[in-house]
Amino acid sequence: MGLVEKGVFGKKPLKPVTWLLNYSRKYSLWMFQWGLACCAIEMGAALASPRYDMMRLGVIPFPASPRQADLVVISGTVTDKMAPAIKRLYEQMPDPKYVISMGSCANCGGPYWDSYSVTKGVDQVIPVDIYIPGCPPRPEALLEAIVMLQERIQNEGLGNDELAQRWRGEHVVVDNAYMAARV
Amino acid sequence: MTSTETPGFEVDPALYSNLAGSQVNVELDTGDMILNLGPQHPATHGTLRLVVRLDGERVVAADPVIGYMHRGYEKLSEFRTYPQITTLINRIDWLSSFANEVPFVHGAEQLMGIEAPPRAQWIRTILTELSRIATIYLFLGEMGLQVGALTPAFWGFRDRELVLNLIESATGGRFHPNFNRIGGLKDDLPWGWIAECRTTMDKILRGCDDFEDVLVGNEIFEARTRGIGIIPGELGAAYGVSGANLRASGIDWDLRRDGKPYLAYPELDFKVWTHSDGDSFARYWVRLQETREAVRMVIQLLDGLPAGPIMAKVPRIIKVPEGEVWVETENPLGQMGYYIVSKGATGPFRVKIRSASFSNVSILPWLLRGVYVPDVITIMGSLYFILGDIDR
Repeated sequence: MGLVEKGVFGKKPLKPVTWLLNYSRKYSLWMFQWGLACCAIEMGAALASPRYDMMRLGVIPFPASPRQADLVVISGTVTDKMAPAIKRLYEQMPDPKYVISMGSCANCGGPYWDSYSVTKGVDQVIPVDIYIPGCPPRPEALLEAIVMLQERIQNEGLGNDELAQRWRGEHVVVDNAYMAARV
Repeated sequence: MTSTETPGFEVDPALYSNLAGSQVNVELDTGDMILNLGPQHPATHGTLRLVVRLDGERVVAADPVIGYMHRGYEKLSEFRTYPQITTLINRIDWLSSFANEVPFVHGAEQLMGIEAPPRAQWIRTILTELSRIATIYLFLGEMGLQVGALTPAFWGFRDRELVLNLIESATGGRFHPNFNRIGGLKDDLPWGWIAECRTTMDKILRGCDDFEDVLVGNEIFEARTRGIGIIPGELGAAYGVSGANLRASGIDWDLRRDGKPYLAYPELDFKVWTHSDGDSFARYWVRLQETREAVRMVIQLLDGLPAGPIMAKVPRIIKVPEGEVWVETENPLGQMGYYIVSKGATGPFRVKIRSASFSNVSILPWLLRGVYVPDVITIMGSLYFILGDIDR
């Protein structure tokens, strides 16, 4: 992606080139799993259990370092003690990077909405692409979020201006209304 | 032979050897290295941070830094009503959620002077044992992962799904059932559940045999775990280690049998497994036997499930009379207890939570001194803690 950012393809790359690059990108998401709480086990089930098997969607777990990752899944309660570490490792990831916030705690604090030590929403620290509600969400919901993220990546523009504006996009929430609209 | 004598030999030999020795030490001595494990590391089951001081490959000192998952349970409990608290305490030890609810609900029932009907008690026991199986089964798989065997991890996740299906079909919640009510249970078991449970238990037993074949009899696994991280029984008890970690050190102590009677355990026939070695292998072995024992207990409970109501008569708004109570139970990770102080309101005045993992990791600085770096992961894996259970 460095080529695009440096402008080798010009201000606006050709549509087939954009399509091809996005298509390649969306099926090789290196996922940095940030397992924090209960949701981490469900994420583990989505990754490791034969029933869900996330790798068939083109998601590759366990990168050696966040510097090699495209996607981070914040799964679980973010505490004020943990938040600086999340911000630091997010900043280490190379662009373009995507964030999935998994579970109510990471979305908004969840059952700890009045706790003194919990950060109410990871979006106070880093920008979030996809929110998955649930406490904890089922592994299927995480798979659905991955599919939604892949759709978003496919429709992304690769012009320099568009890349700079990427974070201004609308957040997506995995819910029934959204899924019904898609079907 | 005066010609061979050198004038340098006149130097005091003791002084000379000292000098040489000090020179060698200065050259070979390297500074200690600080290795920071976590707060985000796959082997820490969450967010434990471990600061390890290394001399070469050997650990000189280790210091666990906890608190990355502190959510303030004890303070939050003061602002919730009793039925709301069961939602919270599900999430302390997130793998065995149902087992967390039981001591709290039991304590509130004791204060109110009511008792759940027998059928509710037995179903509670079944679900507690199922959550024990689900918890330990993940350990049986993950322990292989920690020492480099990938296959058992997939087996662990695969068969755990079957148990989660059972819990989900009975309670509606895959992870956090929140099924206990003060005075009983929310619902009865669904139709056909008992037969399904029996089939699943057979599968679990077969899975345990698989683990035994692949890991316990495997010489690589034995080499990685035997003699690693030995906890002497008395020392472990002094640190407050409990559960299978303590039983693997030869101390025959299980609150289901030795504690104050709770649930249907007094009427069950079960064996408390111990191992004399106290090393990582013993901890694995004891947990493996405990899973089989839990399966045996579930089958006994299914055979003798009494009929009757599942809810005692409780007022619509639960107000617990003034008093204090301490309830402790044997959770999958060890001794879990609640000290509830009530002032007669709809919520408790103060709740003290004694969770197993907090005491279990308190032995880590002692246990990790002098081991090699790969064994740090083995020991942490074999102690099997849940971060929510440490930090609460």
